[in-house]
Amino acid sequence: MPNLKDTCAIVGIGETKFGTLPNVSFAALAIEATKKAIEDAGMSAKDVDGLLTSPPSRDPEMFFSIGLGEKMGIKLKYAMDMELGGVIPVSMVQHAVMAINAGLCNTVVCVFAGSQRSSGGRPPEAGRPRPGRENEFMNPFGQVGAMHGYAMACQRHMYEFGTTSKQLGAIAVACRKHASMTENAQRRQPITLDDYMNSKIYSDPFRLLDICQVTDGGAAVVVTAKERAKSLKHAPIYISGMGNRHPAWGIGWAPNMTTTGAKESSEIAYKMAGMTPKDIDIAEIYDCFTYTLLVTLEDYGFCKKGEGGPFVEGGRIEIGGELPVNTSGGLLSQGHLEGMNHITEAVRQLRGDCGPRQVKDAEVAIVSGNGGILSTHSTIILRR
Amino acid sequence: MAEYKKPLPLPNSDTKEFWDGAKRHELLLEKCSKCGNYRYPPSPICPNCFSMDFKWEKTAGKGEVYTYTIVRVPLSPEWEPYVPYVLATIKLDEGVRMVATVVDCKPEDVKIGMKVRVVFNDATEQFTIPEFKPVV
Repeated sequence: MPNLKDTCAIVGIGETKFGTLPNVSFAALAIEATKKAIEDAGMSAKDVDGLLTSPPSRDPEMFFSIGLGEKMGIKLKYAMDMELGGVIPVSMVQHAVMAINAGLCNTVVCVFAGSQRSSGGRPPEAGRPRPGRENEFMNPFGQVGAMHGYAMACQRHMYEFGTTSKQLGAIAVACRKHASMTENAQRRQPITLDDYMNSKIYSDPFRLLDICQVTDGGAAVVVTAKERAKSLKHAPIYISGMGNRHPAWGIGWAPNMTTTGAKESSEIAYKMAGMTPKDIDIAEIYDCFTYTLLVTLEDYGFCKKGEGGPFVEGGRIEIGGELPVNTSGGLLSQGHLEGMNHITEAVRQLRGDCGPRQVKDAEVAIVSGNGGILSTHSTIILRR
Repeated sequence: MAEYKKPLPLPNSDTKEFWDGAKRHELLLEKCSKCGNYRYPPSPICPNCFSMDFKWEKTAGKGEVYTYTIVRVPLSPEWEPYVPYVLATIKLDEGVRMVATVVDCKPEDVKIGMKVRVVFNDATEQFTIPEFKPVV
């Protein structure tokens, strides 16, 4: 089989404002992000023939990608509405690379929009047990939403490895510091470790400041083939590695609670890229909760299993540190666009366009996607 | 008995037997007829050997707390009257893990490794929900 390393590149990025946007429709958020990404690439709608979307979670809509393409005058040769939780954006980029290499299309927009902040979250029936769904063995038993599963996994990690609340707090503080340097971020007021420790406990060990933002907004990237990428507005950001591993829907019965799909997913991506963790300059890591980031850093090989706690301390993961993570504030502080904002930020960093928060000489970035309750995991490695 | 407000299951043909067992105050698991593997939650096929032959078996209902969280802020209105409550992952003696609440003790007394046994909460006329309590 051919190695798809560096065969495609991200050539355009687009973001709407992130935050509270009550008067903008879900479609309008997706369209604005798509338009900005296409124009950032120096392209127009007629240059695009693929569109990957994720339909609104509050009001699921069939044929969402097709309707969006139609509205924008994009002649679609490849389209998909995707659903695998927080791996969606990273997975979209992978699907774009595969579809382009298969010769099905030339240029794909991957777009994610969210309007949960202003639409009041998911509809009442979402997350309720349905016949034959594993949810039937979570919700009636007291496991509600994502937080409880992550909290239990984190508590187990603390038990096995001695991880502490202050170490989780170091992650919250780092992400907020980075968001304070990011204009398009939902929470920019810096926080201290004391602020973290004093914030309300929701579900042990998680405090308010362990929890990501709920965000309205949209973000998109344009993926095209290497040959086309070279003659566009920005230097291409190549997709060098891709991997996935999806262990289990329910964390309660997952085969291993403290090693996640991130391990095998990253091993596949490193192998494809011909790289190791030592080659990575910045990491944009899915951070629905602080713990998600901590365990992913371990599984990605930046430290040994169980040493994620000490690793995130002492400013190591802050800009200027050994491994800057979530340089725009991540889901914890910039906003939860399912991690599409991790990809747009990685591209901006590798282009050298990040101003005060620019990581010096950043050449290679790893981006993680994580869905459900450590249920799904996808990885991409990007380089300039 | 106070009105039961927590969410209730919606059984289908794969899960009905589990809930019927709970109604009789039995904690049932599917056991693979070919390789002997227990599995949870209920499913038509063995993830270990791919066999679809199985029998429902009554467990001893004993295990230990593998991990837990104390839920202090409810994440849905149904659970609001019940906070704080302990949500745990229980490792059953049969080897499988399930999530359930731990009752009949102070939340702060729950520890990983604590021995527990199943108790049955007759929630409604139709449904009984398995819960766990410390073995003293």
